Amino acid sequence: MNDDVLVTADNVSKKFCRDLKNSLWYGVSDIVGEMACRNGNRLELRTNEFWAVKDVSFELRRGECLGLIGPNGAGKSTLLRLLNGLIKPDIGTISVRGRVGALIALGAGFNPILTGRENIYVNGSVLGLSKHEIDRKLDEIIAFAEISDFIDAPVQTYSSGMQVRLGFAIAVQMEPDVLLIDEVLAVGDAGFRGKCYNAIYDLNKNCAVIFVSHTMQHVSRLCTFLMVLDRGKESFYGTNIPRGIEKYMELFDREQGLVIEPGASKITNIALSAPRTGDHYEIHYGDALSIQFDAHIEQTHPSIEISIGIANQSLELVAQCNSGPVTNIPWKGKAKRIDLSIEKLHITPGKYYLSIIMRDCNTNTMLSWHHLTTKLTVRGHFYSPAPIAYEGAWNIISVEQ
Amino acid sequence: MHSKLPEVIYTPDSQLRHPLQLLKHMWRDLIASRELAWRLFVRNISAMYRQTMLGYVWAFLPPLFTTFTFVFLNSQNIFSVGKTDIPYPAYVMIGTLLWQVFVDAMNSPLRVVNQSKSFLAKINFPREALILAGIGEVLFNFSIRLVLLVAVFIFYNVSLPVAAFLAPLGILSLMALGLMIGVLLVPLGVLYQDIEKGLPLITGMWMLLTPVVYPPPSSWPASLLSSINPVSPLLVTTREMLTGGSFSQMNGFMIVVTGTLILLFVGWVLYRLALPHLIERISA
Repeated sequence: MNDDVLVTADNVSKKFCRDLKNSLWYGVSDIVGEMACRNGNRLELRTNEFWAVKDVSFELRRGECLGLIGPNGAGKSTLLRLLNGLIKPDIGTISVRGRVGALIALGAGFNPILTGRENIYVNGSVLGLSKHEIDRKLDEIIAFAEISDFIDAPVQTYSSGMQVRLGFAIAVQMEPDVLLIDEVLAVGDAGFRGKCYNAIYDLNKNCAVIFVSHTMQHVSRLCTFLMVLDRGKESFYGTNIPRGIEKYMELFDREQGLVIEPGASKITNIALSAPRTGDHYEIHYGDALSIQFDAHIEQTHPSIEISIGIANQSLELVAQCNSGPVTNIPWKGKAKRIDLSIEKLHITPGKYYLSIIMRDCNTNTMLSWHHLTTKLTVRGHFYSPAPIAYEGAWNIISVEQ
Repeated sequence: MHSKLPEVIYTPDSQLRHPLQLLKHMWRDLIASRELAWRLFVRNISAMYRQTMLGYVWAFLPPLFTTFTFVFLNSQNIFSVGKTDIPYPAYVMIGTLLWQVFVDAMNSPLRVVNQSKSFLAKINFPREALILAGIGEVLFNFSIRLVLLVAVFIFYNVSLPVAAFLAPLGILSLMALGLMIGVLLVPLGVLYQDIEKGLPLITGMWMLLTPVVYPPPSSWPASLLSSINPVSPLLVTTREMLTGGSFSQMNGFMIVVTGTLILLFVGWVLYRLALPHLIERISA
């Protein structure tokens, strides 16, 4: 039962230092301490130190995949480096069984002057592949990287994408028991990314994967466990991936938004037909939503267009509602109450921002832009990597053969 | 089947608390690093001169230039060294080549570690491989220069004495001494660039304070140069192995070699223990 646990982290903590001079000096004293067989001073923070990773514990078995997500500087990469044995924990124990592979520094040890072929051998050896293994897999590596025309050209003539392809192709040839992946999938073109995914899927069948990513799509596709790190601490750990992703998204709830009103025209009293908790509105997936606001237009504009956009946590626009040119209203004068109703809101559960823009259609000048000022949380019992989830009607019947 | 997988445990404890295990791991990694070391070595030497026009000539130039300088100074009596057993150019050539081995070996560990910082910090591989590849490079450069030495011996018609078969031992001991100092300097040298900046200064002066281009002085206090300076007995003895004559500093040779071997082992342990701490500091 316990045999299949490949990675165990038990209350692991690691300190880092903010200040270079201090850091170097602590380095010297830690080394002296290590040589003197002392373990002292590990529990307390010295001047300018902070916990980069604090009290992290988990277990991972073969075939499982742990996703590590969190804001920049949350300690994800530090945790990977601890697991890889590159740095020592200050507190706690890590045990790793079997061969460890890492898709981290793709193309590490590439010498720019040497050819791609020569570098395959160097990089392969660095990753722990024997010459025999590389010989056997050479053709496969070149084919996977799709750079057979350039394989005998110096690596310095490669584009950065090609270098990464070659690096990935080599690294993926390892047959690891534990595989560490650090955001390498953000590179390469779309076609190659897909290929990398399939390769990782295949590897994951026979190994335990620990995967750092900022792309929730990838996390929800690959991971069986999710850990959200925030300033070194576990703020979520479990198998409920959607819940974890939500938790992660909550960490970014600090977006202030932006109001640009170049003239005297204004939008005020923005309100949503949904209950409000704190500074954000909450709505259930599939519910109706109406958005209201007042527009004060100070000059004559024969034709005005209003558009309301919904952006996700990554600030990517996922949906939009456009009024088209509105000409039949004397815009100037009294404030106008504007009300937009959406019958069913089918955006995937998560956190969103609303933007409202009013433009003069003829001159294309902006009258008012409330950028990401309104926060909207869509509740639901699922997470989807797609921004829109239709509520279709499913009909399933048996077919006579 | 799975229970047979090797397990690695990382704890905050000093590895010195489990000395037997440490020794076992050192041995295991040394064995495991041979192939990688060979790859890195091949990579380094094949890349070393690829982007040059003169190619391997660069390996000859430094000792050649040093030799010319001192032969010229000596011939003009600006810098006079008195009588040597063999023609002075050959004498200087041997001295410079031997000195160069020592210096190369001393610079090598810090150089390879600093060059490999970026992937040391990201990939776990047997760290011994870097040092071994560095030693390989030192040996390679030396063997290229050996051609010079042979040429000089033939040109001046110097015949090799019987003791010359011991010379490889002497050369290895010079390398070991350099390597020992170099490895011990790695922890501090990676953290503080002072070491890398200071080394060329010190080696320049050190060479002049070592009987490289002149015979060891016998009168006090100049004789201190050879009795305090650990390079001196190794270099002088190795040169004596190549040129004949009695071994004048054999005691010193034995003491330095013994000390070197002990400290080299200490340096190896230090290197292993220090690396995780260094990696933590250089890439935080």
